[in-house]
This record gives sequence, C-alpha cells and structure tokens, in this order.
Amino acid sequence: MAGSTFYDQIAANRRNSVLLALAVVALLAALGFAIGYGVSGEVAGGLGVTAIAVALGTLMAAGSYFAGDQLVLAVSGAKPVDETSAPQLMNVVREMAIAANVPMPKAYVIDDTAPNAFATGRDPKHASIAITTGLLDKLDREELQGVIGHELSHVRNFDIRFSLLVGVLVGSIALLADFFLRFTFWGGVGRRRDRDRDGGGGLQAIVLVLAFVLAIIAPIIARFVQLAVSRQREYLADASSVELTRNPYGLERALAKIATDQEVLEVANRATQHLYFTNPIKKFEERSSNLMSTHPAIVDRINRIRQLTGEQPLQASEVAALSGLE
Amino acid sequence: MNWVPIILIAIVVVIVLFVIGIYNGLVQRRLRIDEAFAQIEVQLKRRHDLIPNLVNAVKGYMQFEQQVLTDVTNARAAAVAAGAQGPAAQAAAENALTQTLRSLFAVVENYPDLKANQNVLELQEQLTTTENQISFSRQHYNATVLDYNTAIATVPNVFIAGPFGFSRREFFDAEPEAANVPSVDLSLR
Repeated sequence: MAGSTFYDQIAANRRNSVLLALAVVALLAALGFAIGYGVSGEVAGGLGVTAIAVALGTLMAAGSYFAGDQLVLAVSGAKPVDETSAPQLMNVVREMAIAANVPMPKAYVIDDTAPNAFATGRDPKHASIAITTGLLDKLDREELQGVIGHELSHVRNFDIRFSLLVGVLVGSIALLADFFLRFTFWGGVGRRRDRDRDGGGGLQAIVLVLAFVLAIIAPIIARFVQLAVSRQREYLADASSVELTRNPYGLERALAKIATDQEVLEVANRATQHLYFTNPIKKFEERSSNLMSTHPAIVDRINRIRQLTGEQPLQASEVAALSGLE
Repeated sequence: MNWVPIILIAIVVVIVLFVIGIYNGLVQRRLRIDEAFAQIEVQLKRRHDLIPNLVNAVKGYMQFEQQVLTDVTNARAAAVAAGAQGPAAQAAAENALTQTLRSLFAVVENYPDLKANQNVLELQEQLTTTENQISFSRQHYNATVLDYNTAIATVPNVFIAGPFGFSRREFFDAEPEAANVPSVDLSLR
C-alpha cells in the first residue's frame, strides 16, 4: 500500500537520524577520551574528559532544546501574527496543520522582501512557523500551501528537534577540538609529557597524535554529516508537503519563484541558514548542490517532486519559466 | 503439589489480559474515528453558517443568475438535513454543495464589482479555507476508519470484534483518497 510505504520511509528516516546522532555522540566521546588520555596519560583522565565533553554537549543541547526557538525567532526579527493581521496565512497554516495532524503552530512574519520561511520548536506542541513578507506577497494560495506544508512536515517529522540536537553536538565537538588545539599550542601538554617521560610515554604519545588528528578532522566530519542530513531532510519535507497538499504544482512553482528571486534574506546568517525553506544566504547561481550546502539545489528538489508524480525532469535553465516571473 | 490447576489459571489469566488488551485497542481506534468526525462536523457547520452571508453579499449584484444562488441555497439545506443520515449520505450532500459553490465562484469571476468587493473576497477566502479544512479532515477521518476497519477484520482482533459488537464504519467519501498518496524512496543515500 502506497500510504504505509510513505510512513515506513518517514520511520526509516527517523531511525537513520537517531543512528547519525549516536555517531556524533560517539565521535564526541572518542575525541574527549583521546584528548583526556593523551594529555594526562591515564585512563581515568580520558574518561574524565569524555564525561566533560558529553556533559557539555548535553548541556548545550538542553539549552537550545528549551530556548532555541525563541532565540531563533528573536534573531530573525519575527513578529507574531493572528487571524486579523494575516487571515489568509493563518487559514493556510490551519489547513496544513489539520492535514499533518499536528496542533496549530504559532505563526510569525519577518519583515523582509526576500521570499523564505522556516519552522522551529522542539516538538509539534511547541512549534512556530515564520514567513517573510516577501513570501506572502509573491506567492499565491496554492504555492503558500506548498511552503507551509513543507515547514509543517519538518514539524511533524521532528526534523527541527533532530537538526537542533545535531547542531549542538557538532558545535560542542568544534568547541572541544578548538579548546584542545589551543591548550596544546600554549604548551600545556608539553610539560606533562616531560614529567611522564619515564613510563608509558609511547602509548600516550600515539594517543596524543590521534587526539590531534581527531581534533582536526572530527569537526569537519561532523559538519559534513550534519549537512548531508540537512539536505536529506529538505527532500523528505518536500515529499511530505506533496503528500499533505495532494498538489505537487504549488510547491514546484513556489520553489521556482523563490529560486528565481534575486534577493538575499538579510536576517539570515550561517547559524540559522539550515532552518529556512531555501538557502537564504546564497544567490541563485550559487545555490548549487555540493557537499558544503545546507539545502539541495532547487532544480534537484523540483525534480525529486517530479519523480513522485512521474513527470519529465526539468533542466536548470527552465526553472525561471516555471516561476512565471522571468 | 498439583501444578495443573495453577497452569490452567495462568493460561486463563493470560488469555483474559490478551482479550482486554485487544478490546482497549479497538475502543481507542473507534474513539479516534469519533474525534476525527467531530473535527469534520465543526467545519461543515462553519461552512453552512458562512453560505447565507455569501448569498446575501452577492445577491444584489447577480440579478441575471439567481438560479446559481437558488442551487447553492438548496444544496446547503440538503447538506444540513443530511447531517443525521450517516457519513456516506452526508458526504454526498456536502460534495454536491461544494459543486454548487464552485459554479457560484465561477460566476462571480464575471462580475468585476463583486471580485473587487472586500466583503465577498473575505467570504470567499473563508469558504476556501473551510473547504480545504474539510477535505484534509476527511483524509484524516478516512485514514482512521481504514485503520479501524482493517483492525477489526484481521486476526486475532476479529475474534474479539465480533462478540463485542465492533462493526465496520463508513468512509466519508465515495472515492478513496489513499490512491493518490505519492510513493518515493527517501532512504539516506
């Protein structure tokens, strides 16, 4: 049955997400242990730093878990709206909330002419959706449905919670690695090594080298994993949106319109870019698919939707025509 | 010591717990249907309430096409009356009402004055969103009915469903929506 396959795929995606989160935790623990053991030369020291690293990650995760949404909304300059100030937006959000079978999220508007949107909040009960005024002005009702469907899919699939947690873990790995590299740079390790020269120095030196290597590559690997997950989530949210609206064309046109739009969202930055509907800080020509991107290229997203409906794929040069703007 | 009665009692206890578990599961599924249906009814009621306002707002402009308005009014009355006749009949009446509303909005397109009328625009938006909410709630309702009907017809639930009077529920639509659900491979590659 087609319906159950779709839910299977969401379940599989969630499972993969948990595995990836565990992988990042393991990386954090390994890095912590290597640093601790390399510096102190004792297993207890290694475990101590591991505990500190994992505790630090957990603390940061808890902080953004409970306050992250408010922070992101404040940073983006999002203003709350209601039935009287934005009736059509509220109507569309309510429709899609019913379709996704999630509680009605809080709606916000960002005063910016660049068309974009994001969802935040740790679970469907605490979800918020923010839309730029540019998006409201440029999209028609069907296209708006597609975008809101995409954002509510992130809410329903718990993508926000997951990317939030992974983001925090990636951040704490980077922090820990930085901390270690600076600490050794200032000679902290050198003194210890001199003192311990007459016992078990060989293994410690190896672990220390390993810690150096890990400290350099772990943040990079973690970042790549995060970006890969982020891009996968965008495809999934697009597909879920089509499933909710039963209308692939609204979302396709919305994507094409946003892709063709030349404006850059001023309130977005590197810390918040992954949240948005399309990558907000790059111009159209640069929104290509690569390993360092938070979002897949828009033409690839449109073509994934077309795969669902069995339609002919689109060439990159045809995106502007689909938007109807040119 | 004779173990036979103890083993027999244990088996009976396990069976009773098993039956209670299935029974509760079915009751929960049935409650979900009622909840989903209540959601549809709220929106149907809202649509019924909005239609007289719309008819009044456009009446003055559309002297030559009173028939369209009469159709809408009649379809609304039929839909309100069908409320007590079960999901299938109600769905048919509501679908008919949706059709008459569509032709009304098509006619409105011919009147520039109406298209510019703020009141009509607002009512049109309200009716559009209500109609969308009805159709999304219907998808949800039908999904819960499908889940329940499948549950009471499969082993081992079917042995419990019959004696305890769990009967099949009607879908809120003639055509099954599930056929349109897209299927795509979303596994991490």
